[in-house]
Amino acid sequence: MTAVVLGLLAGAVLMALIGNNPLSGYIYLFRGGLMSIERVGNTLATATPLILTGLSVAFAFRTGLFNIGAAGQMLIGGLCATAVGLTLTLPKPLLLTLMVAAAILGGAVWGFVPGLLKAKFNVHEVVATIMMNWISYWTVYYVVPAYFKGAYLETESRKISEAASLKVHWLTDLFGGSYVNLGFFLAVVSVIIIAFVLNRTTLGYELKAVGFNRHAAQYAGIGANRNIIMAMMIAGALAGLGGATFYVGYASNIQIGILPTQGFDGIAVALLGSNSPWGVFGAAIFFGLLHSGKGFMNAMTNIPPEIADTIIATIIYFAATSILIERNWDKLKKKVGGAK
Amino acid sequence: MWTIIVQIFPYAIAFTIPLLITALGGLYSERSGVVNIGLEGLMVVGFFTGALVISKLEVTIPDHSIWIGLLAAFIAGALFSLLHAFACISLNANQVISGTAINMIAGALTVFLARNMTGSGNILIVHGLIRRNIPGLSRLPILGRLFFTQVYATTWLVLAILFVAWFALYKTSFGLRLRACGEHPQAADAAGINVYMMRYMAVMISGAFAGLGGAIILVTYSGEFTGTVSGLGFLALAALIFGQWKPLGVLGATFFFGFASTVANVSQVIPALTVIPGILLKNFPYVVTLIVLVLSSKYSQAPRAAGEPYDKGKR
Repeated sequence: MTAVVLGLLAGAVLMALIGNNPLSGYIYLFRGGLMSIERVGNTLATATPLILTGLSVAFAFRTGLFNIGAAGQMLIGGLCATAVGLTLTLPKPLLLTLMVAAAILGGAVWGFVPGLLKAKFNVHEVVATIMMNWISYWTVYYVVPAYFKGAYLETESRKISEAASLKVHWLTDLFGGSYVNLGFFLAVVSVIIIAFVLNRTTLGYELKAVGFNRHAAQYAGIGANRNIIMAMMIAGALAGLGGATFYVGYASNIQIGILPTQGFDGIAVALLGSNSPWGVFGAAIFFGLLHSGKGFMNAMTNIPPEIADTIIATIIYFAATSILIERNWDKLKKKVGGAK
Repeated sequence: MWTIIVQIFPYAIAFTIPLLITALGGLYSERSGVVNIGLEGLMVVGFFTGALVISKLEVTIPDHSIWIGLLAAFIAGALFSLLHAFACISLNANQVISGTAINMIAGALTVFLARNMTGSGNILIVHGLIRRNIPGLSRLPILGRLFFTQVYATTWLVLAILFVAWFALYKTSFGLRLRACGEHPQAADAAGINVYMMRYMAVMISGAFAGLGGAIILVTYSGEFTGTVSGLGFLALAALIFGQWKPLGVLGATFFFGFASTVANVSQVIPALTVIPGILLKNFPYVVTLIVLVLSSKYSQAPRAAGEPYDKGKR
């Protein structure tokens, strides 16, 4: 919480530095995310992929792994979902099920490789996932123009049909025409499942044990290698699902030449949510609010929209250091108290 | 074959140099025991500072503006890396998380400032560095064509820094102390070395080098600040591990990346290469890195204390 306050303060200082009133800036920022039912819907839609990538990073963290590859897993998940959606013609429920399954599978494969390399060959997962990010970047770069080229632009895929979109009429109408889609429910269900797995199952217990101390877990008869691979696959699957909610939910086609920023924002979400599933959920909604409100703020003031990213980045920095700042603060208070 | 190599060599070198200097910075940081995943962000800081300074100065002092810009980027990178150093060394924060935060802050803050100045968020510089032939040496057989013809001055600057960095790391007491801090900080402390100060210096060196790397991108092949160095910082990090945390290994690894990426980039215009699908060429460096890491994992020589906050009380 300290981190959020400090991050918002830093944002306020920046707004003031470029000659804007921070208070009105923030009012526009939050109004932009909340002032109508449509904007609330957009906030939820923006938060949806963040919930899933945040969950992905958090899940890996609990097993002591740093999944910096959520971006690539998300992208490949999006590619798989788009590919299925553009290739098959099926009734909507069946098609969506297949697309989501494809996205999950694609992400899981992208998580499996770094997991395997980590478990069997002790290749650091940070480097392996970064490499996997670029492999998915270039795969999409060549596969999309070759097989799913858009009608006008070389740089994006064709638009998916209405039957292949996670957007549904009743939900869009309920939120006054916003981007919110079934992906949000998928994200909520994922949060519930992951919370259950982590806290109530043997698998979750083993994963956390490996995260606390790989060697101790091994000694206690828990297969550390198996669990590392499992954790990376689940993390990849979550990010892949996030890709589906973004590319065939929020958007309706996939662009080449971009690694989705949600993958990296997922790290921030996981940290702010202290790696707990419901914490991730809350943090993602908060970041979704910042992202969906920044456009309105930019239109009403002349504050560049990058302020939202700056605030998020500052929050992570303080989240990494806040425990120690708080500890030192307590020490200082004690010292001052003792002096009295 | 020879003509192809001669043709693409200058581009490969131009791509390698920023990667090399950044990876070298990462090497200093990691050999002192601080993992610096924020190289990407520090490059962006240098990229931005260079563009800012050069675009302001190139009208008034056109002759020196580029070099002043490079120096400014060097200093800005060092100063910005203090954020990372403070979090990791003084506050014992998780180094990977702090580095991630550095990347995000740098990316967002520089574009924020640039957009506030130019509106579009891009900063253009009118004149970049000019490629020159080195008199005399450029007429050497083979080597002359490859290394001394049409080169940027920054190429030789970075190679000179590489030599100095190698010398400082292995042949001076400073280098020995720095490496000791990365292997066994408690022992280094017992020998009277100030671990905190050594690590602060190492992280600042990494920031300065990465900042310089970002600015070199600007003055050589980019010419415009665009808000991102598109993953080169992460690639430098991979090259560092690929190169086994050794200066010459890093030179080899970055050159491999530079050459492989350039081959992939120019494959469209070279008939001999058009038969290979682009997807394979582009993914080649990354797949090879993974394979090399798998093969070399047994002999991996990571600094033993890299990634761990220094705890005086621990043995």
